[in-house]
Amino acid sequence: MNGSQVHPAGGDGKRRPAPSRFGAIVVGGGPAGLAATYTLAGAGVDVACLERGDWCGSKNMMGGLIFSQPTAKVFPNFWHEAPLERHVTRRDMWLATGDSAMKVSFESTDFGAEPYNSFTVYRSRFDKWLSRRAAEAGAWMIPETLVESLLWEDGRVVGVRTGRPGGDLEADVVIIAEGVNHFLAEAAGLAAGPPKAETMALAVKEVLALPRDRIEDRFDLDRGAGAAIEIIGETTGGLPGTGFIYTNRDTISVGVGVLLDSLVGSTREAYSLLDNFKQQPQVRRLIQGAGLREYSAHLIPEGGYRYMPRLFGDGVLVAGDAAGMVNAINSEGANLALLSGQMAAQTVLSCREEGRFDAAALGRYRTMLENSLVLKDLRKYSSATNFLSSHQHLFGLYPELLASLAREFLTVDNMSKADKERLLARLFRSQVPVRSLIKDFYQAWRDLK
Amino acid sequence: MPVGPGEVWVVIEQEGGRAEPVSWELMGEAAALARKLGARPAAVILGSAGRQLSSAAFSSGAEVAYLVEHPDLEPYTADPHCQALVELAEKFTPQIILLGATTRGRDLASAAATELETGLTADCTRLDIDTTKKLLRQTRPAFGGNVMATIITPHHLPQIATVRPGVFTAPQPVEGVSGETVVLKPHIKATATAVKQLQFVPNPDTGVTLKGAKVIVAGGRGLKAGRNFALLEELAAELGGEVGASRGAVDAGWISQHRQVGQTGQTVRPVLYFAVGISGAVQHLAGMQESDVIVAINNDPEAPIFEVADYGIVGDLFEVMPAMIGEVRQRKLAAGAAASPALLKQGGAMRMEAGTGGESE
Amino acid sequence: MRINSVVCIKQVPDTTQVRIDPDSGSLIRQGIPSVINPYDLYALEAALKVRDSHGGTITALSMGPPQADEALRKVLGYGIDRAVLLSDRAFAGADTLATTYTLSAAIRKIAGELIAAGGAGVDMVFCGKQSIDGDTGQVGPGLARRLDLSQVTYVCSLLEVAAETRTVRAWRQREDGRELLEARLPVAVTITEACNPIRYAALPDLLRAAKAPVEVWSAADLEVEPDRLGLKGSPTRVSKVFAPPARERGETLSGPDRPPNEIAAALFDKLAERGLTIGGSRG
Ligand SMILES: Cc1cc2nc3c(=O)[nH]c(=O)nc-3n(C[C@H](O)[C@H](O)[C@H](O)COP(=O)(O)OP(=O)(O)OC[C@H]3O[C@@H](n4cnc5c(N)ncnc54)[C@H](O)[C@@H]3O)c2cc1C
Ligand SMILES: Cc1cc2nc3c(=O)[nH]c(=O)nc-3n(C[C@H](O)[C@H](O)[C@H](O)COP(=O)(O)OP(=O)(O)OC[C@H]3O[C@@H](n4cnc5c(N)ncnc54)[C@H](O)[C@@H]3O)c2cc1C
Ligand SMILES: Cc1cc2nc3c(=O)[nH]c(=O)nc-3n(C[C@H](O)[C@H](O)[C@H](O)COP(=O)(O)OP(=O)(O)OC[C@H]3O[C@@H](n4cnc5c(N)ncnc54)[C@H](O)[C@@H]3O)c2cc1C
Repeated sequence: MNGSQVHPAGGDGKRRPAPSRFGAIVVGGGPAGLAATYTLAGAGVDVACLERGDWCGSKNMMGGLIFSQPTAKVFPNFWHEAPLERHVTRRDMWLATGDSAMKVSFESTDFGAEPYNSFTVYRSRFDKWLSRRAAEAGAWMIPETLVESLLWEDGRVVGVRTGRPGGDLEADVVIIAEGVNHFLAEAAGLAAGPPKAETMALAVKEVLALPRDRIEDRFDLDRGAGAAIEIIGETTGGLPGTGFIYTNRDTISVGVGVLLDSLVGSTREAYSLLDNFKQQPQVRRLIQGAGLREYSAHLIPEGGYRYMPRLFGDGVLVAGDAAGMVNAINSEGANLALLSGQMAAQTVLSCREEGRFDAAALGRYRTMLENSLVLKDLRKYSSATNFLSSHQHLFGLYPELLASLAREFLTVDNMSKADKERLLARLFRSQVPVRSLIKDFYQAWRDLK
Repeated sequence: MPVGPGEVWVVIEQEGGRAEPVSWELMGEAAALARKLGARPAAVILGSAGRQLSSAAFSSGAEVAYLVEHPDLEPYTADPHCQALVELAEKFTPQIILLGATTRGRDLASAAATELETGLTADCTRLDIDTTKKLLRQTRPAFGGNVMATIITPHHLPQIATVRPGVFTAPQPVEGVSGETVVLKPHIKATATAVKQLQFVPNPDTGVTLKGAKVIVAGGRGLKAGRNFALLEELAAELGGEVGASRGAVDAGWISQHRQVGQTGQTVRPVLYFAVGISGAVQHLAGMQESDVIVAINNDPEAPIFEVADYGIVGDLFEVMPAMIGEVRQRKLAAGAAASPALLKQGGAMRMEAGTGGESE
Repeated sequence: MRINSVVCIKQVPDTTQVRIDPDSGSLIRQGIPSVINPYDLYALEAALKVRDSHGGTITALSMGPPQADEALRKVLGYGIDRAVLLSDRAFAGADTLATTYTLSAAIRKIAGELIAAGGAGVDMVFCGKQSIDGDTGQVGPGLARRLDLSQVTYVCSLLEVAAETRTVRAWRQREDGRELLEARLPVAVTITEACNPIRYAALPDLLRAAKAPVEVWSAADLEVEPDRLGLKGSPTRVSKVFAPPARERGETLSGPDRPPNEIAAALFDKLAERGLTIGGSRG
């Protein structure tokens, strides 16, 4: 190291005065906001990203799964540098009926090599890394700063107001990537109101510490490899919900997700559901002796396509969870967040060429999304909703349903976890002959491969 | 110039002839360490009150008293004290210097250790001698008390340590002993870095002296009402102690905040701590778990306070407390000591060393 | 007259989470978030106050691993002028003596640069009263000695800096009260939590900080003797770390049908066995 050398970590090091007006402002430093910020900064746009947490990721839950391909679209070869826990080589699905479970396991050696399939990550570290990348690309990263409201001029959004002294910032366009609660999207007139309880799932999760080699033994994994287990059925003491277990380097994430409107009371109740889940013999065996590191709760917007807000307005775009872009299955929101953030940025870049940021110009964001996996998947799911709710004879259909459920679960794409939970709960409470259920399920599983 | 191994010094922290209790605690400990090293224990008294204090130093175990006299040494400020101590240490080459880990002791020790270019271990809670290497082993808490570290200063002299007040028990003064007195007038340069004390404002007297109390009877929300603290006051009075409280009781408005024990209250380490109707939240434990003996009275057998209690009493405090008070009164009558309210420690340094679990030497 | 300050910033682990691994007996630091030593933010606020009324510059200085740059980046957000990180393997393992040796060399260099730029050197060095990890409180006084500064520790209220007479007045917290001290500049002060908490940083300052460089200096950038740095230059050695033994659950004196007076008697018998007797006479 030499004298007066600039440390690259926190910025591009070029002492540059902040512009009086930014090219773009991004609200929220989650995957959606950071993908947008990184893309814009990389293209030379003056972009500021405002995050209310101590740092990007500080408010995010630890221990989740991210998928390789969508992530690599935004951050090519990220696996060389990003802080990842384990690459997932095995994905299991359990159908639990309380005291028994049918387990289906999919393992692939491709999953263990580039470009990999998915990784477990600590979001607190992963998001921090994303934010460093954005800073290196030249963005103004502003943590610990809450955006309180939008600035308007002639009916169009022209910036944001923070709670800080001297806290207004102006920009050509504001990208709202504030996550599930979407206050600003509402303030922008894009969402009709706060997200509805019936479209939300509450996920509670614990991170439990266990030495690496014991994790590998217990989950039967090669060194460094990881497993992701999704559990559907009666996981949560009668309430429709799903459970999950992910292996990190030296911790295990265990959690349950339940529909918010099925929870009569508070988060407390959700924690007791998690406790029940952890007591189940199948689960208990895997987490035995692991000490609690951290617990958290977070909402997931699972309403899908039909509940999405408008995605653009004059001077404003919405991305990620704030736009309700969660493919409910596998809670696979980070991917859609990253992709939608990137597309929001690409939209801004193309609008810059014309120098127009009105709704008409920004509308191409929607087209871009429509033509991508993001909205295709989300839309597909919305018809599934109709299908499921209009059918009176669901029980008779279980083989097909299970088959499609298996497909949905294991191919990582579309379908509402909410509906699946409801459906499965109902299925399992009825007297479906377990034997034939297993047989049919197995068949479906084979067909899938 | 002394011959033989370097002495073991204690810098007596004093003002106007009144020494801080920690100084005598350290004097006793220095005498014990010096014995193991075959060295002489010495008291260093900086300021004009040396003559008054030297006999107390001798009766606490010092064999030598250095009386370092200079008008700039009162009231205490860092620079002249540092100059004087450094001059003395350079002249008499002690092997160990101990100071109290107080705002003055730490201030002076760090300055002097820097000038002497030697090691300084902060805030020790245990000292002993590695007899083969003739080194001082200094044990101290770090990382907010989550970790204990034993630190040595292998190649530098003197080995300097500050020691937390209350860790060692002051020895019973032995009357009539005397020792060598060395009177010195140090050369204190009037420097530009001299600091002037313009004013001193003592702490307001809240009437509460939890910190130094040997017995604390503390109550929590289990007391149900402020007036029930009378039960605790009675026992405390009989034992010569003070009443403490959990934040639960303070927040309920039953008792003054000055009596709160815990993370956001006071940290205490009495000989005997009663936790009465206190559940034992971590924040409370943080303030009292270094007490020598903890007695818990709680009607919930699962209460976490029992995890740290030496003696647990599962029961209704409204039945147990009157019985306690009765028992103490009876014993005092039997001992014919109704007039003396004290609970006494017999047998010298019975005190268990907190933090390390072992007994202090 | 303008006042140039240096604020010493230490990045520390969130000590509430530091533990001893019961198997290996070593310190578990991995995965524990780092924070700015909380007292250093009080010190920074005190320095900002002085700059508010007198002008001048503030340089934040930290010695630590490369990641400590994060702490400095954060304090840059409060609108200070410069941030310098001393980072070099040679600095590692320093006790307070080696730490003050290194920090003082850097402060001399900073002062030299200020003078070269037409200023008056460093007038005030601010430290926290202690760190929450090493917890010695020795660095502030050590810097005062090495740099020939007036030494004022445990400041609970920094009253005024009189630039004309080059003096500063401060209240210092002691166990038994508070004392008002007057010291001549240049001075080293250590600041307690009784002072003002750090202000809410202004957005323009945060924007500037996002692009301001944290300068990194290695041993080669300082006028230092290699033998006096880091572990080599440290007279103290940590010979052992261990977990504080947990208090063990003791005895239960109550029983199903044991009356309170028996319990009370049993307790005071037990206490007497430990040498704690009621009412006996001294000696
Ligand atoms: C338990 C659980 C498990 C999950 N597991 C997975 C998984 O395995 N894989 C997966 O792909 N997805 C998973 N998800 C979903 C995923 O976490 C989200 O879809 C994803 O984080 C959305 O990214 P985002 O950027 O839109 O929003 P967020 O990640 O929520 O980020 C929004 C950011 O904006 C900040 N913010 C909000 N309001 C303001 C404001 N006014 N001013 C400034 N900043 C603000 C917030 O602090 C936050 O950092 C899971 C979710 C949960 C709850
Ligand atoms: C940041 C922070 C700092 C804090 N700092 C402190 C602090 O400094 N000090 C502190 O004490 N707390 C502190 N607390 C609060 C602490 O968490 C607890 O809430 C508090 O100590 C509880 O007080 P308690 O034990 O009196 O009350 P409770 O927890 O309500 O316990 C009352 C106990 O009394 C028992 N009881 C009830 N009736 C009887 C009876 N008839 N006979 C016998 N037993 C009976 C009950 O079984 C129960 O265990 C802090 C909390 C926070 C978050
Ligand atoms: C378990 C353990 C025990 C230790 N015990 C001792 C001991 O007894 N004696 C000893 O000499 N060393 C000891 N050390 C080493 C000591 O922690 C380091 O020397 C450290 O660099 C400075 O000491 P401190 O953290 O106690 O700082 P303190 O003196 O408590 O810090 C006071 C102020 O000095 C400033 N400061 C301190 N360190 C830095 C830094 N690196 N960069 C910028 N500013 C700084 C900050 O403003 C801080 O608020 C110990 C270390 C460990 C891990």
